[in-house]
Parts: sequence; structure tokens; C-alpha cells
Amino acid sequence: MTEAQAHHLDEVEVTPWREYFSFSTDHKVIGIQYLVTSFVFYLIGGLLAELVRTELATPASDFVSRETYNELFTMHATIMIFLWIIPTLTGGFGNFLVPLMIGARDMAFPKLNAIAFWIIPPTSILLLLSFFVGPASAGWTSYPPLSLMTNKAGEAIWILGVILLGTSSIMAGLNFLVTILKMRIPSMTLNDMPLFCWAMLATSALQLIATPVLSGAMVLLGFDLLVGTNFFNPAGGGDPIVYQHMFWFYSHPAVYIMILPAFGLISEILPVHARKPIFGYQAIAYSSIAISFLGLIVWAHHMFTSGTPDWLRMFFMIATMVIAVPTGIKVFSWVATVWGGKLHLCSAMLFGMAFVSMFVVGGLSGVMVASVPFDIHVHDTYFVVAHLHYVLFGGSVFGIYAGLYQWFPKMTGRMLNEFWGKVHFAMTFVGFNICFLPMHVLGLQGMNRRIAEYDPKFAALNVVCTIGSYLLAVSTVPFMVNAVWSWIAGPKANSNPWKGLTLEWTVPSPPPVENFEEDPVLVIGPYDYGTPKALDVVAATLAPPPPALVGEGSE
Amino acid sequence: MQGSTADQNQADITYAATIETSEHHSEHPDLRLFGFIVFLVSESMLFLGLFVAYFAFRVVTPDWPPEGTDELELLLPGINTIILISSSFVIHRADTAIKKSGDVKAARLWFVITIAMGATFLAGQLYEYNHLGFGLTTNLFASTFYLLTGFHGLHVFVGLLLMSAVLWRSRVPGHYSETNHFGIEATEVYWHFVDVIWIILFLILYIL
Repeated sequence: MTEAQAHHLDEVEVTPWREYFSFSTDHKVIGIQYLVTSFVFYLIGGLLAELVRTELATPASDFVSRETYNELFTMHATIMIFLWIIPTLTGGFGNFLVPLMIGARDMAFPKLNAIAFWIIPPTSILLLLSFFVGPASAGWTSYPPLSLMTNKAGEAIWILGVILLGTSSIMAGLNFLVTILKMRIPSMTLNDMPLFCWAMLATSALQLIATPVLSGAMVLLGFDLLVGTNFFNPAGGGDPIVYQHMFWFYSHPAVYIMILPAFGLISEILPVHARKPIFGYQAIAYSSIAISFLGLIVWAHHMFTSGTPDWLRMFFMIATMVIAVPTGIKVFSWVATVWGGKLHLCSAMLFGMAFVSMFVVGGLSGVMVASVPFDIHVHDTYFVVAHLHYVLFGGSVFGIYAGLYQWFPKMTGRMLNEFWGKVHFAMTFVGFNICFLPMHVLGLQGMNRRIAEYDPKFAALNVVCTIGSYLLAVSTVPFMVNAVWSWIAGPKANSNPWKGLTLEWTVPSPPPVENFEEDPVLVIGPYDYGTPKALDVVAATLAPPPPALVGEGSE
Repeated sequence: MQGSTADQNQADITYAATIETSEHHSEHPDLRLFGFIVFLVSESMLFLGLFVAYFAFRVVTPDWPPEGTDELELLLPGINTIILISSSFVIHRADTAIKKSGDVKAARLWFVITIAMGATFLAGQLYEYNHLGFGLTTNLFASTFYLLTGFHGLHVFVGLLLMSAVLWRSRVPGHYSETNHFGIEATEVYWHFVDVIWIILFLILYIL
């Protein structure tokens, strides 16, 4: 490091820690607020998962009661979905990265952004407090009439919580959509955007279109629960299937809300560390939009055993399988991007490549359960549990980890320790597969999900799953120690540690308030690696002040 | 420079942003109306979900309305519909007044008339509620009726609050002008939205 560079690094202003506890409207502060808050809930949701797995270590319900077991898995799913994956990927990474990547100084509506975040802490505390009155215990799907019969107070809090978190999600989606469409620097057309922005565009459309329908379902369910109407209660002439349709009209797109941003993160990470242009930029970009659209018309594949008529099942089966096409386009493009590249196997890249391989497993089992006859066989078994965890853990969470390793230096101005990063990766990858791979077998053999007790013949594999889950729990320790230690005392990061070409790497780490001193002008595409120009641009981002990116030359 | 900043700061902010622009930044664009319309698209999905649920309930119920429950009367809701649709034209006069000539006084007058019409609509609805032969939990037909009209009524009420807020802010001279009238415009767009929702509701609840 040259002296000038060192001087440059010292000039970087680090956001005072108090700022992170305030109603800040800076998108970077809000992004980190989201990331840290939701990571806390990842730990809480993880603790609930460990309790579930401990109970399942033996066939009898000897660790917790059946009722407690129901509460545990219900709250586990609720917290992981609504308080960890969705807020981290959209609120966390979206907030931190989108304005930087499109050359904007902030989001379109900074105050709305802060409000969207500050809805989350009180709501999540409310949800946790429901443990004192008996939390919701009808599963995160909260199907009536079951949800109307158990833990009324907890269920009411759950409904309120979901409506509030949905509102926060709509606000965030609105902000992203407007920001991406209207706040880009003039020299950046839609087709010059980094692919993460395309993914966020597709995600925000889903948040805006699908979430209100969930709110509608929650309002109806709330009336049934608290006022005594009979919308979903067959005893009073209502129809519980209508709830399932409304619920899945949101909750299937929610799967894409949870995976599309991770697709975007991976599309950023792979080319940087493979030092190759992304393969099929437009194919990846437009397939995000295609997934977003198709994601809205496949919801009833969750209801193949709910008395859905045959002609409707046929439609939803075919529509669901069609989604494999745009998804496959992405996977092939990522593989082709990495193929023959000069791979830098750092922690971010390891998690990125693990994402692709694990997501393919989840995607393939997804095509299997899309087929009606197969789904009737495995519905409500551990095969579905295995499938969804390969998508949401092997996919979304690996994507989140990859993103954290990739942008930690940009967010904090400090480098993470690579060795402990790799230890973390190995433990997570191995633990994840030990925990969830056997569940495929258990499901095919007929072990039901959501029941505290099971046939003793499943005992051996369940012990394996439980051991894997403990390894997963331990694997978060090196990550947390690494993150906290590095944030305080890690080596300082320069503005472009991975030699990336997207705009966030042109500003100091951490970026100053309002990001860009001047509106940046695009000089190179986001993935033009391996060109002589890329060398110049990367060199410019590392030299203070970056001459190639400054509008008026000093000579 | 903040897009979501409340109206009363608008004047200062434009000034501050202009100063900055002259140095090196482009101004934070005013995206509030665009954002508001995107929000209404999202909001319309809430109603769409409830409408579809309504039809689903209707399809699974053999008699709609069930025996013993009276058919809905058309006279009062008909008058109410005419009042609400007319109010959309009235509020548009306010928008025209502020955009063409910056005439805050005229805009205020049209807003007061719109508030009166909206309040009449709500009063009519409450009157109808009080004279119906069924309550919220009587049967599925009754529940859907009250829920849909109540949800819409809530939106009308929010519209009245928005208009009152605009009236309150417009007491400051120069707060709204030919070029700066987001509050008036957004309220108008919202009111048209509430109106369109009512037309659909009226058709599916009373006519179909």
C-alpha cells in the first residue's frame, strides 16, 4: 500500500455506532440495520430449529410436549421467512447495494425506507412476546380451521405481525421499484444495470403485487378469529380452501422474493471471482422477470391434495414446471460463467458456488414435487421439508453468506479473515447436507412433517439429521466471531478488494454519506472482465483520487 | 432532497438542492406522484384479492343471499353511488384550479365540497348498515357484504382525512402553487381510485 493510499484510507469517515440505533435515512445505515437485526432473528429462529431437531432425535415426544413442538416449528418458519430471509435479502442487501450500484445518492424515498425498517423491531418483539401467551401453533401457513382452534391470543398476534411485516415489505418493494426505474445515473440504461438490480426489480414487483393479497387473507382470518365471522369456517358455511388460495397467492411468490435477490447476489459474485464476463447477461436479467411473472400463476401446486379439481391441477403442474426453464437458464449461465475461469476460491466464491450446486438439488426436487402424482405421494412428508430447505438454506442462506463475505469490506471498511471464512464454509456446507439430505429418504419412506412423534423405524436417519443440525448451529460461531472481530480490528479494506467493476467499488470503503461526490459516468460494463480496459478501471478505483472516473481531469 | 419529505419543507429543500446541484450533484428527483401511483397499484391488489374471495364464497354457497336474508335495497346505495362519482368531478376542479392558475382559494372550495360529498356517502352507508336485517356475523353473505363495504368505507374515510390535511396545509399562503401541488394531486388520484373501487363493489354486491 502506498503512502498516498494509506492517507486516503484514513480519510474515510466511519459511521458512528449511535447512528445505527437512530431513525437514519441513509440507505447504507438502513441496510446494515436490516442485516444485523435479521441476523439476530436468524439465531433465534435457529435456536427454535435446534429445539425441533432435539425433539426429533428420538421417536417419542420426550423433550417437549406435542403442543410446544407445534409452537416451535410454527415460530421457526415464521421467524426465518419474515424476519430473516426476506428482510436480509431485500431490506439488507437491496438497501445497501442498489443505490450504490446504480450511482444514486440514496433511495427514492429515504424516510419511507427508514419507516419500513423501523416497523420490524417492534413487530418482531411483539411476535416473540407471544411466547408468553402461547404463540401461534398451526404452522406458518396458519390454515383454518386449525388456526382458529388453538392458542387464540398467539394466533391474533401472529396475524397482526404478518400484516405489519407485509406492510413493511410493500414499502420496501415500492421504494426499490421506483429507485431502480427512476434513480439510475443517466449513462446507465436498464441493460447496463448490474444483475442484482434486475433481480431486485423482479422481487419488488412481487412484493407489491402479492403481499396485499396476504394482508387481505389475514384480515379475513382475523375477523374469523376475533369477531366470529365464518369466512373460512366450514361449520358456518365458509370455505377454508379460499384461505389457502389467498395465502399461497402470496406465499408462493414469497419463495421468489426469498430467492431472486440471492440469484442477483450470485450473478455479481461469480464473474468477479472467476475474472470472466458473465455468460448471458440478458438471459439472466430477463429470466428474473420471467420467474417473477410465472411465480404469480403457480400457487395452487401447494394445494394438490386440497381437493383441487383435476383440470386446475393440470394447469398448475405445467405452469410450475415451466418455471424450471428460466431458472435453468440462470444455472447454465452461472456454470458457463465459472467454466474455464481463473477462479479465486475465497469464502464469497465458495459460498457462491455452493449456492449454485445446492440450489440445483432443491430445484430438481422442486420439479419432482410439481408433478401431481409424485406430490400426492410425498405431500406433507419430510421430502417437502428437504426440498424447501435445499432452496431456502442451500439457496437463500448460502446466497446471503456469499453476499456477506463479498460486501463486508464495503460495508464496514474492514476485511474478514479468510481462513475462518473457509472454516465457516466447510462446517456450514457439511452440516447442511448431513442435516437435510437424509430428509429426502425419510420423506419418500413416508415420515410425516409437523408431528412430534414418528415411527421408530425412522430413528436412525433422524439422529443423523439432528447431528447435522448441531453442526450447522456451531458453524455460525466462527462466522460471528470473525465478523465481530474483523469489524472492530480487521485489516482495513481498500475501495475495491475484489477488483470488481460495478459502481459500489469505485467509492471508498465504507462509502461516505451520499455515496458519490459527483454523479459517476459509466466507463465500462458491469462484467467486462478480462479486457485491458478493466485493468485500467480497477487500477483507477484503487488509486486516490480515481482519475479515470473524475469528470474534469486536473491536467 | 428527500423524496418523501413532507410538503411544508418543500420550498427549503428545493433551494438546498439547487445549491448542491450548482456544485456537483444532480437534484433528487420528485418521484412522489409516481411512487404514490405504484402504491395504489399495490393497494388495488388488496381489493382484487378480496373481490376474488367474494366470488369464491359466492360460488360455494348454494343460495346467495341465503333464505331468510333480504335482498339488498338499491335506492340508497344508488344515490350514494351518484354522489361519490360526482365528487370525482368536483375534486378534479380543484386540481384544474391549482394547475392552471395556482388558485388555492378555488382549490380549497372544491375540496370542501368533495369532503361534504364524501361525508354524505359515509353517512348514507352508516344509515344503510343500521337498517339492514342482518349483522356482520349473521351468515357468509352478510360477512362479505360488511367486510367489503366496510373496507371501502375505511378508504373513503382516509380520503376525507387526506383532504382535511390538504385544507389545513393550504392555510399557509404559497404552500401550494401552480408548480408545487403534490398534496392536491395525490389526494385527487387517491379519490378517483376509491371511486373506481366503489363502482366495482357496487356492481358485484348490488347488481350481479
